[in-house]
Amino acid sequence: MPVTASSQPANSSGEVALSCASLVKRYGEVVAVAGIDLEVRMGECFGLLGPNGAGKTTTVEIFEGLTIPDSGRVEVLGQGWGEGDDRSLRERLAVQLQETQFAERLTVVETIAMFRSLYRRGWDPDEVIRLVELEEKRDARVGKLSGGQKQRLAIACALVTAPEVLFLDEPTTGLDPQAKLKLWDLIEKFRSRGGTILLTTHYMEEAARLCDRVAIMDHGKVIALDTPNALVESLGADQIVELSLEGFVGNERFSRLPGVRGVRSRNGNYLLTVSSVAEALPALLAEVEIQGARLVGMTTHTATLEDVFVNLTGRKLRDA
Amino acid sequence: MPDVIGAKPRPSQEQAPPPTDPVETGPLPSGAADPEASSPGAATPLPEASRYRPVNPLWELTLARIREFVREPEAVFWVFVFPVLLAIALGIAFRDTGPQKVQVAVEAGGPRGLGSGSGRLMEWLEGRPDIEVLLLSPEEAARALRTGRVSLVLQRDQSEALATGNPEAGETVSALPALPELGSEGLVYRYDPTRPDSRVARLVVDDALQRGMGREDVARVRDEAVAQPGARYIDFLIPGLVGLNLMGSGMWGLGFAVVQARTRKLLKLLAATPMRRTHFLLSFMLSRLIFLALEVVAVIGFGWIAFGVSVHGSILDLGVISLVGSMSFAGLGLLVAARPRTIEGVSGLMNLVMLPMWLLSGTFFAAGRFPEFWQPVIQALPLTALNDALRANINEGLPLASSLPDVLVMAAWGSVSFLLALRWFRWQ
Repeated sequence: MPVTASSQPANSSGEVALSCASLVKRYGEVVAVAGIDLEVRMGECFGLLGPNGAGKTTTVEIFEGLTIPDSGRVEVLGQGWGEGDDRSLRERLAVQLQETQFAERLTVVETIAMFRSLYRRGWDPDEVIRLVELEEKRDARVGKLSGGQKQRLAIACALVTAPEVLFLDEPTTGLDPQAKLKLWDLIEKFRSRGGTILLTTHYMEEAARLCDRVAIMDHGKVIALDTPNALVESLGADQIVELSLEGFVGNERFSRLPGVRGVRSRNGNYLLTVSSVAEALPALLAEVEIQGARLVGMTTHTATLEDVFVNLTGRKLRDA
Repeated sequence: MPDVIGAKPRPSQEQAPPPTDPVETGPLPSGAADPEASSPGAATPLPEASRYRPVNPLWELTLARIREFVREPEAVFWVFVFPVLLAIALGIAFRDTGPQKVQVAVEAGGPRGLGSGSGRLMEWLEGRPDIEVLLLSPEEAARALRTGRVSLVLQRDQSEALATGNPEAGETVSALPALPELGSEGLVYRYDPTRPDSRVARLVVDDALQRGMGREDVARVRDEAVAQPGARYIDFLIPGLVGLNLMGSGMWGLGFAVVQARTRKLLKLLAATPMRRTHFLLSFMLSRLIFLALEVVAVIGFGWIAFGVSVHGSILDLGVISLVGSMSFAGLGLLVAARPRTIEGVSGLMNLVMLPMWLLSGTFFAAGRFPEFWQPVIQALPLTALNDALRANINEGLPLASSLPDVLVMAAWGSVSFLLALRWFRWQ
């Protein structure tokens, strides 16, 4: 069957789709990208995860050939920008930008057809409209679409050009959960057929679900890079316990307890990484009692990329 | 069955996609509903839909421009309705109602009023078909003169001016020999000599009074009235409005569309595609062609139906002149819109560029009225060139060859500004 193999993407081929080395980009005093090395393989979905201002967008736009780095080397499908035929390189890429608003007075199909016409090869706009499930909005003005529909239109404009590499900059920011799921579905479909994706996000669920590998970025640098699973496993813990206490308890009191791998605290809020909640919890509560503190609140969850970020930076992704 | 997708998701096109091959090679997951039916890149028969032939990018971009424009009702108003309304308003204000009468006020009452002595004087003035006389109080008369309601005020002369020949400050004083009705006193014509209508009024009124008192003409003369279309103000105005309209719609139409696409980051997205930049800018110029014909026809057609303004020259020549003029302003519009990031920014620049041409380029009155040393600059403006060429064609019926310098001026503006726009264009 032709489809079966598609579930196993070609990322095992090891061919490099995108790479950069010692990438630096400054805007005046601000260093947006402070020396980044990355390698994205063919058929891979690669995520840049980090808070706003971490340098994700700048990095992606350098790959897209929209921003020129101050120093460092970039290669896209084996070619550097401005070193060969940029236009034929662009034929093989498609881009979705964070803030693009399409012309409101054109219809969905007109917008997609316009983008299609800019490329030598690609798909029938109607076929892509079916794929992104905008059939009912085919002849509706872009201005009348919801946020999720607009975002699917942006993806459609990218997919209609049959790209080999797809760049997505925060594709689901501001979307409701349902719209988000639909978009994830689309991205997964593209990847499952062997497409290469570089995407930025500040949603750890998104990175965990979509990406083969994730680079966690902060202050223009990559602070961790691995598969989502490996990153979470690097915490050495499966579970996270968050405690809110009245009264002070030193971190070291908790870190000595059985099953506790790490403790971070701030203003009476404690974040503990534990290998097993069942093992750690009784001792934990006992320790709170002994120290004369009062438990105000407690939650536990399975460790996520968010916890990896917190562990690396001491800040949460959202409020970083 | 050969496994096409999985084994080789990116076929041989990877190195160099064949330029003319419309067949898709990218890993697009087509056919969401039925993944088996259409496998992209499959050697098996292509899904029917993928026989889609894309149109030329330049045409598709131009089409998008046109669609955006016609779906914006405000833009349509400014381009088509506004110039017609302007022509109506100006046409009515300067309509032909036979020879215009001079409006004159005779002051009644007050120290300088003509009082009872005005009887015969009024008769002489009212007896003339080209004079309209109003009997007004001093305050009313002063106001009527100030606001342009009348061109001249007649007063009794009480000053010693008649004797000394020393006009009152700020007034131009003239005197008649004493009328019997006025005793020993003369008359004052009170008017502003810089107003052409006032100077005419002075001549006409003086003539009426002098004749009334018995002056005889010495030379024998005969008037021959000429009143044929082509020499009226509306004949002068209509070509100017065509020119003005081509400038306004060309510059505003393109400037706003470009800057809006820039603020919406659409330009940035387009810059990431293989689109040729010249195609993008050309699409704006081409979209103007569609409206060009309509705009010119709207104004000229209206002038013809409502005021009988006819085109004396060749229609083909008129088309060429309008085309070159329109392209000239489209280029200028692109240049003005090449850098600004905001609508406010581009609006200011547009006004800066267009306002001098509104004033100097001879739309509402002849550009020749400006001082001689301004003329080289004025003649080099694209709107002056367009207006001159349009008038040569519409009013004078001259062949295109006689307007060649104007056409060259417009072509130069258009091509130079297009090239500069292409060079300086800000995509992000």
